[in-house]
Order: sequence, then structure tokens, then C-alpha cells
Amino acid sequence: MWSIISVLVENKPGVLFKITNLFRSRNYNIDSISVGVTENPEVSRMTITTEADEKQLNQILKQLDKLIDTLEVKLLEEKKSVYRELVMMKLKVSKPTDIKEITDLANAFKCDVHDVRKNSIILEITATPDRINALEDLVKGYGILEMARTGICALARGYGNES
Amino acid sequence: MEKISGARSLMIALEKEGVDIAFGLPGGANLPIYDELYKSNIRHVLVRHEQSASHMADGYGRVSRRPGVCFATSGPGATNIVTGIATAQADSAPMVAITGQVPSKMIGRDAFQESDIIGITNPIVKYAFQPMTPNEIPEVVKKAFYIAATGRPGPVLIDIPKDVQQNEAEIHFPSEVKIRGYHPWVDPDVRQIERAIDMLLSSERPVILAGGGVIISSAFAELQSIAELLMIPVVTTFKGKGAFPENHPLSLGPIGMHGHAEANKIMTEADCVLACGSRFSDRSVGTFEEFEKNLKIIHMDVDPAEIGKNQTTNVAVVGDVKTSLRIMVKMLIQKAIKKNGESAWSKRVNETKQYYRENLKVHPHPLAASKVLKKLREVLPAQSIVTTEVGQHQMWASLFYDVIHPGTFFSSTGLGTMGWGFPAAIGAKAAKPDVPVLDIAGEGSFNMTENSLAVSVLENLPVIVFLFNNFTLGMVAQWQRTFYDRRMIGVDLKNCPDYVKIAEAYGAQGIRAQTLDEVGKAVQTAIKSDIATVIDIPIDPQEDVLPFVAPGTSLKDMILPS
Repeated sequence: MWSIISVLVENKPGVLFKITNLFRSRNYNIDSISVGVTENPEVSRMTITTEADEKQLNQILKQLDKLIDTLEVKLLEEKKSVYRELVMMKLKVSKPTDIKEITDLANAFKCDVHDVRKNSIILEITATPDRINALEDLVKGYGILEMARTGICALARGYGNES
Repeated sequence: MEKISGARSLMIALEKEGVDIAFGLPGGANLPIYDELYKSNIRHVLVRHEQSASHMADGYGRVSRRPGVCFATSGPGATNIVTGIATAQADSAPMVAITGQVPSKMIGRDAFQESDIIGITNPIVKYAFQPMTPNEIPEVVKKAFYIAATGRPGPVLIDIPKDVQQNEAEIHFPSEVKIRGYHPWVDPDVRQIERAIDMLLSSERPVILAGGGVIISSAFAELQSIAELLMIPVVTTFKGKGAFPENHPLSLGPIGMHGHAEANKIMTEADCVLACGSRFSDRSVGTFEEFEKNLKIIHMDVDPAEIGKNQTTNVAVVGDVKTSLRIMVKMLIQKAIKKNGESAWSKRVNETKQYYRENLKVHPHPLAASKVLKKLREVLPAQSIVTTEVGQHQMWASLFYDVIHPGTFFSSTGLGTMGWGFPAAIGAKAAKPDVPVLDIAGEGSFNMTENSLAVSVLENLPVIVFLFNNFTLGMVAQWQRTFYDRRMIGVDLKNCPDYVKIAEAYGAQGIRAQTLDEVGKAVQTAIKSDIATVIDIPIDPQEDVLPFVAPGTSLKDMILPS
């Protein structure tokens, strides 16, 4: 079961290490992890995606919660949250018509086109993993030269009573 | 405000926490700390190896239920206490370990005696601090003691770079600290306790499983009240051994790999278990899937992460075990629930207990473990504290040494650290100097920290080493006999050394006891004397620990002596 876990942590050195080391030492799997400071400079939010069965997921949540540097641990339901990933793909341009085709695809997927050159082009897409995978499938034929993904970034929908 | 050094502020902060003893060994990177220790009122116990300092602090912590303190220098000093920290973590023992570190500007440059002790110990500490300015030290110390001692206790590391020890600042000492991500005490949910009572009352064959949490929270009276009100038999984990008086009619003793036959048998027949402060370790329950078959599990634990970790729980009560059990007792009394007389289950329990106690074959050797430990029980006062090393003798202690006074038995049950028992006994003696402290030992395990004899003698912390000596790494030998077709390798210690002479060389008392009568007399002599004593008991190297639940099998598959 693929799950998104949102963790608020103390924004201080060593905390990312503690979280990743917990996953390693207990043999859990990290699919992706993204970290950044929140509106409160003392607090960072980590968004972790993981593949685990229900029992293991339950343990992951509890073990994360047990860490003293975690302030809040939440399992985000896909339907009740907004989650996106930013991906950059450098594609091979083999013939002049490739640029037009790739740019059309980019428009269809609402992604930005950067650094158009004779032999390569960079696409930037911010989307759900499904859409990103769909785009990846479509552009594979041109040849993906390099790729970088940020990992999932997510927030629960609504606030307080609304959620 | 007067300026003081980081090391001075450390000493003041430790004194404010009520620390009056610390175990350790100085080195280059903690000399400023030792210089302040010299001026303080804290008693320093000099060890011969830092690992022993950590075990002494552990033993002190388990007995006093206040964090034991140990000091080590950077690099190898720090890595030498890693085993002690891991042991304390595995057994939830409160400890504050304080290491020196190379100066902050040298960190990361592979300096002499630099080790990343924060990184190394990350998975085995409850928390770790590395103050980078002297001002942080008092707050760090206060937080360290709070974290180590509350909730599920554990070891906390404070790693202080040498310049942070030396630098001076105007230092403020906070009277309280807040840690926003740490909520150690959860009030137990009363409705869950009600559900637990209903489940216990509606079951036909209930059992109480007492774990180490009962000892840590000192919930002995509450546990006994519940057992007696509901007439439920009590089994324990090995860590929980002595959570319930083992001479009590409802006591069946420890379950598990080397549990009592009657305890394992009754555990497998039960339809409901009230598990108090137990983490359902593989050594206690055998295979997880088999254990929970046809068994309703009520799980009380202070650590929410333990609920559902190894066993599926039917009713969970998260909170301090003592508080939870106290509420349960109150409810039972309010509801006027008290069971009397014999039920089919209590009859079955008593018959099983009687059967195994009368019919298990005793090893024929005159110094068979069961006979030696029964002799020890006869002569050792009930309030004495017993620690153990790790190996066959440890499991014999589990099987044949009855703990009568709750909370007087301690062992490295989780990590299984050979060499733990002796230094832990010295730490225990420091915490409770007025009672005899005895380490049930095997020579293989004792070898690992036997240089603590110097500490026991010179620091006037006399403990008794009760040495089951078969000059064999006995438990490994037993597994080689059982599972490896008697291909014996790496287990023969070849009659070396002479432990009476070893004891004497350190200025301790060495007694060789070759008969049960001599064993009894040696213990009595040791108790009366005020010097560390090693009682060397030559036992049969062929004796196995039985009953035995082989690893990866269930309690039902217990092998009995034949």
C-alpha cells in the first residue's frame, strides 16, 4: 500500500538523519522524502512516501511519533490531500521536428519548457505521480538523458472543521 | 553574573539533579570535566574499562530507578560504552552517558580520538545531545535526566566538545524544561480498562503476563491485588521475573525459550492474557503467529509503539502500568468483584504446576544447576539483589532461582550482553549498599568484565560472583550439541584461568565450592564478609538448560528433560 506521511519536526541538525535511520534500522522502505522549513522557522515539514502493509504502516507512524524531535505525524489520505511532485526531465532532441512535438506534449501536460537547445530540452512538471508517469511514458521514445525528482510534497485539504 | 566554564556548569547541573555517584574513566577529551569532578561532591568510581562504567550506571539506574551516570572520553572511550548504551536501551534502563568530544573546530577532521558517537549511537539511545556552547549545558542536562527517567526509561547521551567544557560564560540554570515533542505520560483510557475487565471476566482461561514494565513502574502491589481478586495465574517474561513473588500460589514463573514448563504449558492453554508492560519478545512468546492463535490479548504499556508491534491486540491500554493497574483494582473493588474457590481452570493450573514440579527429570550431577540454585535460595536473604551474566547460568537462574521479594532480580534480557552482570551488580551495590548483591555468573561471561574486581575491592562495593564454572561457553556448546550434530568449535575454555587466584590477585576473596554444602557455606561467608567474593563452582559441562523452546518454534513445542 502506497502511503503519504506528513511529519512536522524540529528544524535542527541531525533530525533528517534520525528519521531516515529509523526507516533503515527497522527495515521500512522510503519511496520518497522531501523536507523544507514551514511558516514557523523552528519547524520543518517532511513528506515521506512509503510502501508498507497496514500493520507495518501503523508501526511506522508510531515509531515516528515516538521520536522526540517529531512534533506531529499524520497519514494523508490521497482523496483528502493535495499532493504534487516536481520533476525535471532532460530529453534528447534528434531531429528539428522533435522540439515542436515535445513542446506540444508539454502544453498538453501543462509543464514548462526550459533550455531548448539543438540536442536537448528540459521539461519541468509539477503534478501527481500518475501524471508524471504518464508523461514519462510518452516522452521515453525521444530518450530521457537526465531526470531529477523532488519527492512528494503534500498538505491535507481544509483546516480544522473543514477537513 | 559570574562566568563559569561549561565543565563547571555540568557539575552544578548534575548535582542539581541529585547525582551523587558517577562511574567512568578519564581521557584527553574529558579532562576539564574530571577537573571539575575533582572539586565536586559527586563520588567518582574509577573503572578499568568504559564498558563496565556503562553497565554499572545501568545497574545503578535499574535498582535506584534514577538515571545512572557514566563518563568516557572521546573516540575509543566513547565507543567502549556503546554496548552498555545498547543494553540499557534494550532493557529500558535509565542512564545518562556523558562523553568528551574533540574540540568543536576539530569535529569532522578525523582528529585524534575523534568518533562520531552521536551518529554511532543514534539507533540505540532514547535521545542524544551535543551542546555547542557552555550556556546550553544546564538545559541539556535537565532534559537528559527528564527523558532518561520518564515514560519508558532509556539511555541518553551527552557528547561535549572539549572547548565547550573549557569555555566560560554567564550560565543560567533553568528550573524546568519543556520538550514539545515528548509526552511521556499518557493517562490511561478508563473505558479501555473497563473493556479489559469485561474481557478478563468473560474468559474461561485467563492468564496475567507480567513484563519488565511492572518492575520499572514498581506496580507489584497492584499486580498482586488483581491476581488475587480475580484468582488469575501469573506468568512473567524473563525481564518480568520477580514482578510477582515466585513463591506465591498463583505464580507460575517465566514463560519463553527457557521458561518454566508449567508457565509455557498454561500460557498455551489460556484463552485471554492480560499483558502488563511486556513487549512480547520472540524469546518470550516463540513464534508470533502461533502465540496469538485463539488468544485474546489485553496489552498495557506506556509505549504506544509497542501496541501491535509483535502481537495483534484486542484491548490496548496505553499508559503507565502502575497507574493503569491501580485504576483496574479500584474498579474491581467498586464493582465488588472477587473470585473465590476453585474453578475448572484453577484446578487445571494447579495440577499442571504440581505435575511439572514433581515430574521433571533433574540432572544427575551432584552440582546440577537446579540443586545449586535451590541451595543459593535457601541461604540468600529474600531482599538481596541478584543480577546475572548471559548464558546457561542465566537461564538456569530463570528456571531454578525463585525471586521472592519483587524487583530484586535484574538481567540483560533484551540485548543479552555477556559481561553485564558483574559491573551491573557493582552499580546495584552502590544504589543499595545495605543488602547483599550477588551476580549469578558463568565464567565465559564473567571473563568479559572481570577486571571490575579491582573496582569492587578498591571502591568498597563488595558483591558476590556466584560462578557456574564449566570452562565452556555453555549455551553455545548446548546449541552445537543440539543443532550442529556435536561439532564443537570455539567453546572450550580449557581450565583457564583459576578464578580463586584471579579473585585473590585483585585482593578479593576466592572460594572454591565443590559440594552443595560448601556452596551454602561459601555464600554465608561472602555475605558476612565486607570484601568482594568469587565463589567458583565446578559444574558439569554436559548439563543442558531444559526445558527449551527452540528458536523459531512455538511454546507448544517445548523440549523437556529426558
